Amino acid sequence: MAKVSVNDWDKIIELKNVCKSFDGKAVVKNLSLAIKRGSFVTLLGPSGCGKTTTLRMIAGFEEADSGEIYLEKQDVTEIPPHKRPINTVFQKYALFPHLNVYGNIAYGLKLQRVEEIDPKDPEGKKIKLRKYTKAEISEKVGRALHLVGLEGYEQRDVTSLSGGQQQRVAIARALVLRPKVLLLDEPLGALDLKMRKEMQLELMEMHKKLGITFVYVTHDQEEALTMSDIIVVMKDGVVQQIGSPKAIYDEPANAFVADFIGESNIISATMIEDYKVRFLDTDFKCLDKNFGKNEEVDVVIRPEDIKLTDIEKGMLTGKVTSQVFKGTFYEMNVLVDDYEFTVQSTESRDVGETVGISVKPNGLHIMKKMLVYNQFITEMDSDESIDINGVSFNVFNNGSFKQGDKVKASVSLDDIILTDYEEDGIVAGNIVQTVYKGSYFQVQVAADNNCDFWLDSDDEWDIGDRVGILIKPESFVLEKVTEDSDEQC
Amino acid sequence: MRVKAWKKVISYAFLALILIFTYLPIAVLVVYSFTDARSIGMWTGFTFELYQELFTDEEILSAILNSVILAVTSAGCATLIGTFAAVGIHSMKRVPRKLLEGANQITMLNADIVTAIAFMLFFLTMQFIPFGWATLIISHTMVCIPYVVMSVLPRLTQLNPNIYEAGQDLGASPMRVMFTVMFPQLLTAMLAGFMLSVTISLDDFVITKFNSNSDVVTISVYLYNKLKKGVKPVLRALSTLILVVVTAIVVGINVAQKRRDRKSRV
Amino acid sequence: MNSAKFSKQLFAIPYAVLAVVFVIIPLVMMLFNAFMSGDGSFTFDNFLNFGNVDVWKVLGRSFIMAFLTTVICLLLAYPTAFILANSKLNKSATIVMLFILPMWINSLLRIYAVKLIFEDLMGKGFGLVLFGMVYDFFPFMLMPLYTILANMDHSYIEAAEDLGASPLKNFLTVILPLSVPGIISGILMVFMPTVSTFAVSDILGNPDTYMFGNLINYNMEKGYYNLGSAYSMVMLALIGITTLIANRITSKKGGSK
Repeated sequence: MAKVSVNDWDKIIELKNVCKSFDGKAVVKNLSLAIKRGSFVTLLGPSGCGKTTTLRMIAGFEEADSGEIYLEKQDVTEIPPHKRPINTVFQKYALFPHLNVYGNIAYGLKLQRVEEIDPKDPEGKKIKLRKYTKAEISEKVGRALHLVGLEGYEQRDVTSLSGGQQQRVAIARALVLRPKVLLLDEPLGALDLKMRKEMQLELMEMHKKLGITFVYVTHDQEEALTMSDIIVVMKDGVVQQIGSPKAIYDEPANAFVADFIGESNIISATMIEDYKVRFLDTDFKCLDKNFGKNEEVDVVIRPEDIKLTDIEKGMLTGKVTSQVFKGTFYEMNVLVDDYEFTVQSTESRDVGETVGISVKPNGLHIMKKMLVYNQFITEMDSDESIDINGVSFNVFNNGSFKQGDKVKASVSLDDIILTDYEEDGIVAGNIVQTVYKGSYFQVQVAADNNCDFWLDSDDEWDIGDRVGILIKPESFVLEKVTEDSDEQC
Repeated sequence: MRVKAWKKVISYAFLALILIFTYLPIAVLVVYSFTDARSIGMWTGFTFELYQELFTDEEILSAILNSVILAVTSAGCATLIGTFAAVGIHSMKRVPRKLLEGANQITMLNADIVTAIAFMLFFLTMQFIPFGWATLIISHTMVCIPYVVMSVLPRLTQLNPNIYEAGQDLGASPMRVMFTVMFPQLLTAMLAGFMLSVTISLDDFVITKFNSNSDVVTISVYLYNKLKKGVKPVLRALSTLILVVVTAIVVGINVAQKRRDRKSRV
Repeated sequence: MNSAKFSKQLFAIPYAVLAVVFVIIPLVMMLFNAFMSGDGSFTFDNFLNFGNVDVWKVLGRSFIMAFLTTVICLLLAYPTAFILANSKLNKSATIVMLFILPMWINSLLRIYAVKLIFEDLMGKGFGLVLFGMVYDFFPFMLMPLYTILANMDHSYIEAAEDLGASPLKNFLTVILPLSVPGIISGILMVFMPTVSTFAVSDILGNPDTYMFGNLINYNMEKGYYNLGSAYSMVMLALIGITTLIANRITSKKGGSK
């Protein structure tokens, strides 16, 4: 058996029952939230929903009235902001106007200390702390500027930079300290639309490249949907829903989330290459890049971004199936193949009419596809069982697989059973996340074998609960894997 | 049209009269500092004699020195304490803020003589603080702090609200943030507060009169004591000197503020 | 101290402590002194002095002087501020500063300048003291008036003109009411300081111009601390009352800014 590591290793930040009020007004109410290492989590909600306060408590600028905040399992509730390995990109950049670009980025580096073996210690064991040398700082600043695409800007006066450039300096200033978590407080709010789009892509790219956990605050649902792995929707200091963009979109937990996220069309698609996406057998230009070649994605199109045209001018053709006048515009459903688009238009079309559909590149929002079933690429460790990260699960084998075969094993979210006692399960784990889906809960369990399991449950589980995971042999669907994939969860 | 022109002439004439009223006495003082005539009205020829006398009068020179030391020291203390206080007050809400602003108001609105007497009675009781430099620096500092707070507070509201936190976020302790982030931002406001404090300290004679000992005489107290008796011609030279210094300070403050305004407008 | 709990507000603590020790406690001590006799026992005697007609004479004279000074300053400063604020000169910071500058010049020095020129012309006495007071406090009246008139929203004035108000009516019904907060703070900066100052009378006056400030000064110089404290308490109370009234009027007007 492979070693079983600490159960909740991947929670980089955890908030437990955090409350905060200002002048007697509760702003954050009993908030519990776990953030997975390396993820891009967005706190989304209207102004005054407590998202910025939550972020500021993680940074340490505000002190929670009650509850605890953990960073890598260490309670940091009492640790002041300047001692937390967390950095922030502020809403209006908060660059120091009296320092130039170099001075701003070097500010934190000059305060950091690195461990070094004491050269004076004859045994060469004693560790001492030293400052960075000038050369080291200069090199790090240079690399940070390279990362944000501002090479050679060291000596520039920050007040002479454009909004977008100031934003980049602010990001470089935070990232140069290699924080465990980067907090971003509506960082793109002050930029114009085009610049914002560009920075969104760059931030996603940086996140992917650096592997640092990003916690992002915004009130812009589109931004949240396109950028995040996980969205936390908040209202009046209470979490309304936690889930992937698709989950939030497809299955809003309540009317508020549904209303706040807004209506849209979500279509399965394939990313052909950078800036090109294919769905409904048609290629579309888009503004997104850095997805894998032929990666399966979801495309989000807002109803108002779809234009109805003449048949020959449309990128797609479909048939109007319904039409409702909504006061200032018409809402229509248009059936293309078997997908029904919701369209808003100021011009009305008759039901039954065949129309063309066109969407501009900036109307297409590409999102990573969220899993609908758990998938493990693994090996048969016997004729009747598979190995998932060191834990053996029995499978129902119809005889097509032998021991040692590489297989792709899938389990639907409905088919994983949680047990109250960890001993009753095949493997034990901790509840990391639960998302209310209207009639059931979607639960994420971090199992002791370092695997995450997603499942749907009728019961409500508390975050942090120890549970057992049970999967019936017949629930696994096995597929042959041809190419040499690495073993993964 | 003609009525309007007349109105303009009368208006400007009025302003000119006010300026004459304001500056005539001072101008006479300055002009007569270059003659050694006993009184105004006689002109006994242009001479620097009064200035020679001024710079050889040890009593005056030590008073000047005392005034400068006292003004700079208390203005310095007031600027430091007042700037910290302003940053604190700026982040306060309601009750504590009202209380501190109230303390500010008491000092600023109270009559000099009442403030002076309150200090004196206090120092008489606290006998471990001897009258002299210590009592003077304490009382002058306390009188100046509100003016520093008043000149720093408005600047704080113009700053990026997250600038302090940005410093902390990057790993600086609160004190370090103050010195490396806040002070550079507040420099002109602090300088204005400092200059204001210097002029207030130099101007004061009531608080100094009641809270000093015979060893520490400042220029204002010296002036008061002399003016009560008769008037020595050398005071004209002294007054001219003070006038030049104060004008330079006030012009300095204004230029600094204007430069800041221009910068913040960009 | 736990550094986690360090909030910015704590930067105000040194000043808060100093303010309690050196502002509040001394005033409380002055209050105690006012109710103490020479031997340290409790008494109202210090205030019974207000039964003396001469104290009322001094107080009355001080108020007359303060009233005259305030009125003359207001009558001179209002037109000055008005013209300055409404002419092209307003754009020139140098000219505006020329009017405000005397505020920063040592007041003893300016009183000396008055003495130098007018003592021989007018002779020491009430007239010269009044002249000295006006000369001394004029800039303090001008400053708040100029500030409020220069920052006044011109749309009010234009609105009144638009509604057919004559220039005079416009001034009386719009500009003057809007400038009340400036007038109030000007009065605050002139009236009570005139009552409490003793230097002007010392330098330009004679025994007949003895003011309330001189009374306090005299008693303190002679070592009658309890009596001096009692007079000071009265002074403090007068300042407190006038400030409160002024604040009330200003806040009721809502201020034009």
